[in-house]
Amino acid sequence: MNTAISFASNTNWQAYSGESTMSYLTDALGLTVQNFLSAATGIAVLVTLVRGFVRRGSAAVGNFWVDMTRATLYVLLPFSLIIALLLVSQGVIQNVSAYIDVATLQHGSQTLPMGPAASQVAIKMLGTNGGGFFNANSAHPFENPTPFSNFVEMLSIFLIPAALCYTFGSMVGDRRQGWAILATMLLIFLPLTVGLVAAEQAGNPALHGLAVDAQASALQSGGNMEGKETRFGIASSGLFAAITTAASCGAVNAAHDSLTPLGGLVPMWLMQLGEVIFGGVGAGLYGMLAFAIVAVFIAGLMVGRTPEYIGKKIEAYEMKMASLAVLIPAALVVIGTAVAVMSPAGVAGVANPGAHGFSEMLYAVSSASNNNGSAFGGLSANTPFWNVLLGICMFLARFPLAIAMLAMAGSLAAKRHVPPSAGTLPTHTPLFVTLLACVVIVVGALTFLPALALGPIAEHLMSATGH
Amino acid sequence: MSTLLRNAIVLLLLLTAVTGVAYPAVVGGLGNLLFPHEASGSLVERDGKPVGSALIGQSFTEPRYFWGRPSATTPAANNAASSTPSNLGPTNPALADAAKQRIAVLRAADPDNKAPVPVELVTASGSGLDPEISPAAAEYQVMRVARLRGLEPAKVRELVAANTQGRQFGMLGEARVNVLKLNLALDQASR
Repeated sequence: MNTAISFASNTNWQAYSGESTMSYLTDALGLTVQNFLSAATGIAVLVTLVRGFVRRGSAAVGNFWVDMTRATLYVLLPFSLIIALLLVSQGVIQNVSAYIDVATLQHGSQTLPMGPAASQVAIKMLGTNGGGFFNANSAHPFENPTPFSNFVEMLSIFLIPAALCYTFGSMVGDRRQGWAILATMLLIFLPLTVGLVAAEQAGNPALHGLAVDAQASALQSGGNMEGKETRFGIASSGLFAAITTAASCGAVNAAHDSLTPLGGLVPMWLMQLGEVIFGGVGAGLYGMLAFAIVAVFIAGLMVGRTPEYIGKKIEAYEMKMASLAVLIPAALVVIGTAVAVMSPAGVAGVANPGAHGFSEMLYAVSSASNNNGSAFGGLSANTPFWNVLLGICMFLARFPLAIAMLAMAGSLAAKRHVPPSAGTLPTHTPLFVTLLACVVIVVGALTFLPALALGPIAEHLMSATGH
Repeated sequence: MSTLLRNAIVLLLLLTAVTGVAYPAVVGGLGNLLFPHEASGSLVERDGKPVGSALIGQSFTEPRYFWGRPSATTPAANNAASSTPSNLGPTNPALADAAKQRIAVLRAADPDNKAPVPVELVTASGSGLDPEISPAAAEYQVMRVARLRGLEPAKVRELVAANTQGRQFGMLGEARVNVLKLNLALDQASR
């Protein structure tokens, strides 16, 4: 059940491990199909919302079946094919063989897993799904064997969420609107990524007293290598961690649980911002448009004018729907974490002691409530308590939000077009980009700073002072 | 309502056939046609028998071999059927204890080597199956392997270099040494 909601809601939280639980048939028929359809649904909801801005005095906002089929057949399928073949060329496996037993050099034995991995990995990235073929996800050499496969995977995570900004600009007949949204996303994404990589490169103070060489040099990447793969080192692992949590992908190529405290704060916060910095396929952009509506509303309040966005008046109904979109995930994170912390069954899943244990729970609920799917993997989440709690979070974060957006689309489509006047706030300027970024960050900071202070920030202070 | 339901079911069935059956089959067909070695697991053979995959790390504990990254898989290290990282948090005392123990084992195998240990040899990898180590981690082990095999260090370094890949296209990822291939080459050279 948890797995069904997880893949249908585009979260792809995995309480099970891929090798031991799923047959090749379940992988292909159940999970690969859901990977396509949940992503196509995100695109369908988004274009419906955008049509709300485009259409004037209209009672209709398009045909879901048509959108869904087109998104799958014209966008997701061809790209997945190309990406899957690129991945196979690098060494991602694609077969239906039985597991292979080999005798190793030291006269031991090893069982090599097999399976149709490449076809699932391609769409898990492209659809920002994130559910791995193997337990270690994109850290597994059969899922992500080379730096180039890593590059392809990172690119395919951002490909559609970024391209949809352009689609949005094109559809509303003013590409600058799309560029402004893309600029806002980059404005938040880039500094956080640099921070993450810097924190990881600085290494783990707990190893500083030992005879360990963690300096970066021409011969090694150095830094905090616990949970990271040699071929990716610090930079490619840090960038992947930021991309996968900015977009609501959730695939990982390094163990997020073993990131340094500040390095782990970044992915956690990127999810808590509501998965609007690129975000999920379709879902990220409609989330960001909800924030844009909140931003024009705030600007409208300051000057005492009825706010407008893309030629449509923003009134009480739209504001209610936009607020729902902003508040539901935030409320789920805060309430869900509180429930987990207060329940013995919740705390029982924690693997690491101290503040880090709290971070594990906060990360899990943030991930589920924003349909990301990555984890601080130490948490034993395959228990009835965690499966139910995270299942509820994933469901409520995906479907009520999509319904709110569709309701807003209907309301917007019925409205008349308002031509821009001297008093209209232009929404393609650097001023608006800054305003929108501030709204996203302020909502994210006000809501989550207390929780982050108890988890990663407390751990960082303890770690830096040698406790 | 019934039309809506019928549409949903028909669409689901059609798209399941396309994305769940046709798509994996096409990737499998083309993948095996164009890249047969890669699609079936990049197996490495010796005397015609597979001894592992170039992409999956094996356990090396004998000092005459180069050792790979520590692995957190259970019940044994490098269990390819159950990939996992350690998931130890940075402030977990178990993390530092594991590092201390790994340093002790490396030192015991090579008491003359007083150099600090490259960080990758004391930290568990992300998959538990990392097939590679950095050139620094290989260099750290060169003298030990050369001594135990009675080879010239220069010869061992030559083999390390032959099994080292630089950054892909000169810029992506990190330089790395494939441990299984290197050890196979060593066995070949010491015959």
